[in-house]
Amino acid sequence: MQALLDNLDRLWAGFLTTLAMSVAAAVIATILGTILAAFRVSPLPPLRALGATYVQLVRNTPLTAVFFIVIFGLPAVDVTFQNFFIAAIVALSVYTAAFVCEVVRSGINSVSTGQAEAARAIGLTFGQSLRDVVLPQAFRSVVPPLGNLWIALVKNSAIAGGGFAVADIAQLAPSLARDNPAQVLAIFGGIALAYMVITVPSGIAVGVIERRTAILR
Amino acid sequence: MSASVLFDDLGPRGRRNVRIGSGVGGLFVLGLIVLGLQRMAANGQLEADRWAIVFDPRTGVPQSLGRALIVTLQAAGAAMLFATLLGAILAFGRLSDHAALRVPVSVVVEFFRAIPLVILILFLFLGARPVLGLDLPRFWTLVLGLVLYNMAVLCEIIRAGILSIDRGQSEAAYALGMRKSQVLVSILLPQAVRRMLPALVSQLVVLLKDTSLGFIIAYPELLQQARNIINFFGSQYSLQLYVAAAGIYIIVNFLLSTIAHQLEKRVNRSGRIAAGATVIAGANEDQTLAAVARDNG
Repeated sequence: MQALLDNLDRLWAGFLTTLAMSVAAAVIATILGTILAAFRVSPLPPLRALGATYVQLVRNTPLTAVFFIVIFGLPAVDVTFQNFFIAAIVALSVYTAAFVCEVVRSGINSVSTGQAEAARAIGLTFGQSLRDVVLPQAFRSVVPPLGNLWIALVKNSAIAGGGFAVADIAQLAPSLARDNPAQVLAIFGGIALAYMVITVPSGIAVGVIERRTAILR
Repeated sequence: MSASVLFDDLGPRGRRNVRIGSGVGGLFVLGLIVLGLQRMAANGQLEADRWAIVFDPRTGVPQSLGRALIVTLQAAGAAMLFATLLGAILAFGRLSDHAALRVPVSVVVEFFRAIPLVILILFLFLGARPVLGLDLPRFWTLVLGLVLYNMAVLCEIIRAGILSIDRGQSEAAYALGMRKSQVLVSILLPQAVRRMLPALVSQLVVLLKDTSLGFIIAYPELLQQARNIINFFGSQYSLQLYVAAAGIYIIVNFLLSTIAHQLEKRVNRSGRIAAGATVIAGANEDQTLAAVARDNG
């Protein structure tokens, strides 16, 4: 316990790093994933193929491999990032975007065809019917799975600290445990708790939003 | 195309627009590919000998990647087996009528779902000896971590599957005088398995991907092996070897998904689910989708 209390400032800094990394990746992944979903449902075959290929490739690649490619592979083609923190955000965004894409796409498919038919019948264009009719309804039905993706993203961000020298919560675990072998249980308990401070309230919030936004069809 | 929410069958003008759009879109995609290749060529990443190392048996690289694949599959296979068994047992516990069983099982499941797998593996790696008094080899450290996390996730998938079965099924079974365990095992579970197969398989794909976390404890799975090879041959091969390792993961996962899809088709053909089940199955799909989304990666 003492080891944790002595290092509360590091734990707090790590907590903020994890949070910042996750929020940044969540924002980028949501935008990128939504664009990819739009590609996947568009009438243009090349864009559909692009979206489908991206999702198939990234979803079947371990996040760890994405990290390795972004951090050690991309510099070989002169794509470098200022530091591991930014590289981690890139890796997490690229990975999570594929899942966001699938969630948004299944959300779009869950909107009843009558809605879109009505939108077309009153003369809205493809872009308008997507933006004003289909997507607002789709987003409502994707709120719970998107919330769950956020929780998964927070947990996934631990790879950045566990393996790639980003000073987040996870990185504290090995260094504190090596310095204080007698307090390993307390240290890991505290670190697990720090993650649960984010994931458990998020899970509850997802449940609340789910009930609030639920619509009867 | 008429099945899409977004657009009807197109008229002549629409078809022309789509053709033009496809041309532009195709050029855009082509442009991306060309840009990427140019970038690689400018850095000499396309030279044959850079890639030959991955395929040439004389370097020993294909062999060691093959060994790493086997080692990866061993860890994944063991973890899949134990996680599925324990997940089923935990699901039964969570569905129990006795609070004394249900509550502790729920706490265990929620705990393991809430913490990152990396933390779990690191704890087993650094804490097994001082805390648990165990001398875990790397293989079992990784497998145990994967099992603890995935049993909790699989428990939720199995539970959602069982809960999705029409109540009439269990009521009819009770009316016939079956006991609770009989109802669960011979009535609910066989029907539930059919419904949760897609979610189950995507979670097993996730598990297979997560074996890559073995690199954190230097377990010689594919990525760790790729790293060892790069350390030996030099960092000019970084891109090639990491891409090769990722490629092997993609192929194996793709095969697993394909097999599962075939299995799903066969299962659905052999047993017709009672009328009205499709409506419930639809609702259940959202639930399991949510469960999968929460725990992916």
